[in-house]
Amino acid sequence: MEISMEKPIDEVIVLDNIIDLSLKKTPKIAVSNVKVWYDDFQAIKGIDMEIKPNTVTAFIGPSGCGKSTFLRLFNRMNDYVDSFKMEGKIKIDSKNIYKKKINVEELRKEVGMVFQKPNPFPKSIFENVAYGLKIQGIKDKKFIKERVESSLKQVALWNEVKDNLNKSGLALSGGQQQRLCIARTLAVEPSIILMDEPTSALDPISTAKIEELIFELKKKYTIVIVTHNMQQASRISDYTAFFYLGALIEFDKTKTIFTNPSKEQTENYITGRFG
Amino acid sequence: MRKIKELVIEKSLLTSALITIAVTIGIILVLSIETFRFFSEVSIIDFFTDTQWTPLFTEKHFGILPLLSGTLLTSFIAIAFALPVGLSISIYLSEYAPKSFRKTIKPLLELLASVPTVVYGFFALVVVTPFLQGIFPNLSGFNSLSAGIVMGIMIIPYISSISEDALHAVPKELREAAFGMGATKLQTAFKVIVPAASSGIIVSIILAISRAIGETMIVAIAAGQQPRLTLDPTVPIETITAYIVQVSLGDVQHGSMEYRTIFAAGITLFVFTFLLNSLSYWIRKKYQEKYE
Ligand SMILES: Nc1ncnc2c1ncn2[C@@H]1O[C@H](COP(=O)(O)OP(=O)(O)OP(=O)(O)O)[C@@H](O)[C@H]1O
Ligand SMILES: [Mg+2]
Repeated sequence: MEISMEKPIDEVIVLDNIIDLSLKKTPKIAVSNVKVWYDDFQAIKGIDMEIKPNTVTAFIGPSGCGKSTFLRLFNRMNDYVDSFKMEGKIKIDSKNIYKKKINVEELRKEVGMVFQKPNPFPKSIFENVAYGLKIQGIKDKKFIKERVESSLKQVALWNEVKDNLNKSGLALSGGQQQRLCIARTLAVEPSIILMDEPTSALDPISTAKIEELIFELKKKYTIVIVTHNMQQASRISDYTAFFYLGALIEFDKTKTIFTNPSKEQTENYITGRFG
Repeated sequence: MRKIKELVIEKSLLTSALITIAVTIGIILVLSIETFRFFSEVSIIDFFTDTQWTPLFTEKHFGILPLLSGTLLTSFIAIAFALPVGLSISIYLSEYAPKSFRKTIKPLLELLASVPTVVYGFFALVVVTPFLQGIFPNLSGFNSLSAGIVMGIMIIPYISSISEDALHAVPKELREAAFGMGATKLQTAFKVIVPAASSGIIVSIILAISRAIGETMIVAIAAGQQPRLTLDPTVPIETITAYIVQVSLGDVQHGSMEYRTIFAAGITLFVFTFLLNSLSYWIRKKYQEKYE
């Protein structure tokens, strides 16, 4: 994203046009009038949003504003919360994922998730990455092996672990663990990857590596990332959504949000005046 | 003033710890001395190889194997019964049951462990044995099968409760990781949660075995008093504990050979349960390190 300084003006305009073109594509995720309650507490207050394919969308906002809740709607991870209630529609590839006959397990193969705290299984590195394939009933050893290798390569972990694939995933460093978790998600070839503060538990170098990775992954996947780090949001995302108290205050191109936000609340938040 | 108070508390805590250790050492000492005297008259080889245990008869044999087999047989039956039941309960409670149900059912299950064992023994003798005799007509009135099953019921909470704690303690993140990958509840439970909690589950099983091996009342009442080297669960047998009760309650002479047999039997039992408890302690220790 640093290119614009070096390039002649008209090329920048072309780049912008490409982004505009992608705006017209059918949305990967379409959210309409979604409301969420935990018991009587309303955590999401009627949100509409469209997320384009092959983009990185950042969710920002103060703690408790509903970013995680909203993100976890996309792979129905809130279903496990007893007090969770939801209204509205969420379509992924034009299919309503909250319809009764939706197979949640199938949905989650399509919509992968990376969590705040690296959470590898207490199994070997190989087994961690192969896990998703194995639970799908895939038995072909050669296929699994290739997929494990390619996934680890995608997250740039292959060279570090290729001689130790039988070592426990828990023996890796925090940053390596998080990349392992991303590889595990990639191995089942989802089309969307949800990330909930994936770097908040990591050191700056590991964080930089993951940011680089996200930039790479965008070519193949649609990425939605929750972050408290404004620089991170501005560095890696194409679109940014600002949430406040369960409402979507502003949703626009990242550049616009960070240089020329239309709401005062957004500006206050990104300049660090509250939150 | 404050200093003195702390000093007094510290010293009294130390004293209670020392008393406990002293008592333990005392018990081991008495056991060892009497056992030593026993083995000055009975060869240790006979003790472990003779297949008969008849110290109370005129024709005396001192082979521990019949008592040991009785103990292991009843314990095995108990575990074979309690393990699948206890484990299923723990997995159901931790992974499937609603929170409120789990909260009420767990203490109720733990009640099973606080029923006086004499009640269990009686239950085995007058309810379970007659019931089983309806299915297996050959079953003796005293047998290891019904004693073992009832003992299994008694140790279910050891397995279900401790395993459930272990399953419940598996970090939420791990569950989310599995669900997030598209694993079903069943796959998550058996391929991720149970393996992650395996050391806790093993500890629960070892404690249950240890409890079964040391159990006295049920086997004394329902399994009989006939030392017999057999794997047949339908005939009367005798366990180490039941033998000790039998001799302690009978009128053998203090200091006699018959009297010393209970120490030899006792130390055998002690070694077994001690090894099992150490094993569970060691596993727990290792497990803690792993999660730090
Ligand atoms: N399981 C739950 N039960 C009840 N209330 C919940 C639950 N999860 C979240 N909430 C509430 O919903 C609101 C939104 O929470 P959420 O975790 O989505 O916020 P967030 O924006 O991700 O915050 P953070 O930046 O701290 O992660 C909060 O007020 C929170 O207390
Ligand atoms: Mg959150």
